[in-house]
Amino acid sequence: MTVETKSAVVITGNKAAAEAARLARVEVVAAYPITPQSPVVEALAKYIETGDLDAEFITVESEHSAMGVCIGAATAGSRVFTASSANGLAYMCEQLSWVAGSRLPIVMGCANRAMSAPWSVLNDQQDSMSQRDQGWIQLFCRNNQEILDTFLQAFRIAEQVKLPVMVCYDGYILSHTVMPVEIPDQEEVDAYLPPYAAHTALDPAAPRNINPVTLADPRLNGEGVLCHGYMEFRYLMEQAHQEALDVIVKADEEFGARFGRRWGGLTWSYQLDDADTVLIAAGSLAGEATISADMLREEGVRAGVLGLRAYRPFPADSLAEQLKQAKRVIVFDKSLSYGYGGPICMDVRATLQRHKMATDVDGYIAGLGGRDIKARELAAATRESIAWAAKRHAPKPTGWINLQL
Amino acid sequence: MGQTRDCNEMTAMSWPCVGEAGRTGDWRTMRPVLDPEKCVASRKNKIVCMQCWMFCPDNVITRTAPPEINLEYCKGCGICAEVCPSDAIKMTPEQGKQAEPTVMEEASCDG
Amino acid sequence: MDMTRPEQIEIRWHGRGGQGAVTSAGMLAEAAYYAGFKGVSSAPAFGAERRGAPVTASTRLANATLRHFSQVENPDMVVVLEDSLLVTANAVNGLGAKGYVIVNSHLAPEELGLSNGFRIATADADSVAEEIELRVSGVIMVNTAMLGAVAKATGLITLEHIERVLNHTFSPKAARKNIEAARMTYECTRCAY
Repeated sequence: MTVETKSAVVITGNKAAAEAARLARVEVVAAYPITPQSPVVEALAKYIETGDLDAEFITVESEHSAMGVCIGAATAGSRVFTASSANGLAYMCEQLSWVAGSRLPIVMGCANRAMSAPWSVLNDQQDSMSQRDQGWIQLFCRNNQEILDTFLQAFRIAEQVKLPVMVCYDGYILSHTVMPVEIPDQEEVDAYLPPYAAHTALDPAAPRNINPVTLADPRLNGEGVLCHGYMEFRYLMEQAHQEALDVIVKADEEFGARFGRRWGGLTWSYQLDDADTVLIAAGSLAGEATISADMLREEGVRAGVLGLRAYRPFPADSLAEQLKQAKRVIVFDKSLSYGYGGPICMDVRATLQRHKMATDVDGYIAGLGGRDIKARELAAATRESIAWAAKRHAPKPTGWINLQL
Repeated sequence: MGQTRDCNEMTAMSWPCVGEAGRTGDWRTMRPVLDPEKCVASRKNKIVCMQCWMFCPDNVITRTAPPEINLEYCKGCGICAEVCPSDAIKMTPEQGKQAEPTVMEEASCDG
Repeated sequence: MDMTRPEQIEIRWHGRGGQGAVTSAGMLAEAAYYAGFKGVSSAPAFGAERRGAPVTASTRLANATLRHFSQVENPDMVVVLEDSLLVTANAVNGLGAKGYVIVNSHLAPEELGLSNGFRIATADADSVAEEIELRVSGVIMVNTAMLGAVAKATGLITLEHIERVLNHTFSPKAARKNIEAARMTYECTRCAY
């Protein structure tokens, strides 16, 4: 997976995110501090102050304003970066939808953190999952090198399909954990990431309104041209998401050709080829699951892991293809759609049903609010799922890993 | 008529021009009527005051002496009457029929 | 000293909030990377700790890229920044039978009252820090000094690797002091195995 071409630095995931933003030559940074994201923007503020990054750091009084500034800057044609977590991300909620609808290629980091109440600064993925339907591309990372590389890919993807990208990485588990990260050369990044040309760039000689009130139905403009209604714009946004399924893969391929590292595009896998039991998760949890797969294989269970990089757009067809040989799929979600189940689990079930596959899919909720998850616990859950299928016909209820009620 | 994809836009945009929002004159229930005897610009035959021109939210009043109101697009909001310092513009009922515009020009975005 | 290198070494650090356990755990990962370990990581265990509350951090050293970052449960080594934590934080919990216990203590390894199965090393890093006046906000700091004890007790890293980490982490003046602390602690580390 990782080609050791040169020596790396040992840094946190937050630092890796900041390095990526610096290498991407972002022009405007606006962010509001929140644990565990804060060190990202602290690092960027420092780069800007020392002149290592030629950008404007705009201080704001809230996350809502931070994204407001990003919207303005991106509309005017700047490459823009911000980051947040949990309640901060929730406070941006309204603006997130605006960004996607405006088709602004803003890239933001989400250092995944649990939503309150009760108050928790620790990791799960409820924050980004709760913003799933805002129209953003969501990519998940499994280690700090992937964080840096994914941010660079994210700018490229965003600017190509004109959709914002949220790069999600687990708070603390990645954001505050140090590990070796190779920093690419600036010239190589420049070649991979040409300057951003905004489709909305303003021209004082030809003033225009951006995102005026748009009616339900198409209408003639003053020049007699029939313009989209709201629904047409939203359809185009969905088309861009479908296009992104290819663009994400290509961005990763071209990244690999240039930098010697590929991360799998939409998904990645571990011991999947002959696996009849497949563990699915996103982020660092999926990395942990690879250790579980090793444990299960030692017991004779043909286990493998399918890790999600792209959650939106959802790589449904790719997943169905890769799960053809699977008899059993166990999905581990670090978030919950309350009243039903884990969001990734629901999507996997729907995908397999649509492809008329009779694979069993069991769901587990894991690691909410920073509850540490061990590989042995994921392995135990997998055994439980297998045992349930052997004895019972009723659907297995969603399991909760290491619940101590 | 073409299809909406001919507009070639991925986000909602509009370019300010006459008639961008459609022929809004038929929204009007009250019409502004300018009394040249009271209007300062009309009396002096000079471009002065121009409060009506400045405040009209639909840009349908000309910066001329006398100011002319394009009733094809005037929605009848009455702001011009409200801001006129000389009380020269009176809002009068349309009496249920679409008034003949005082200025009738083809809508154009060139100007 | 065990110079053979297993596939993966898991280390748990015990300190109190403000003692810099998280920082030195990360420094150990970095030093080990310089020593040739391809996969290193160091993860703090965050909770609602405050200054003085017991904290831990997990360091993993491996010969391949690491795939998981959960907290270490069965460490091969524990590094304890204050000997009282052996009791209050049960610092040897889950430690393997031949695990290393490296403790900042003025006591000899045999005097700690730990199981004979462990490979125990002690270093009086407090005295070292006192002697060279290594203080932050008036409080003596032993976290970087204890890197010297880890080097002496395990041989996984050398003083040169530690020096390299400290040199790029601190200002030249602070680096010199921390390097001196690590070196002196290295010298005074007592190993009972």
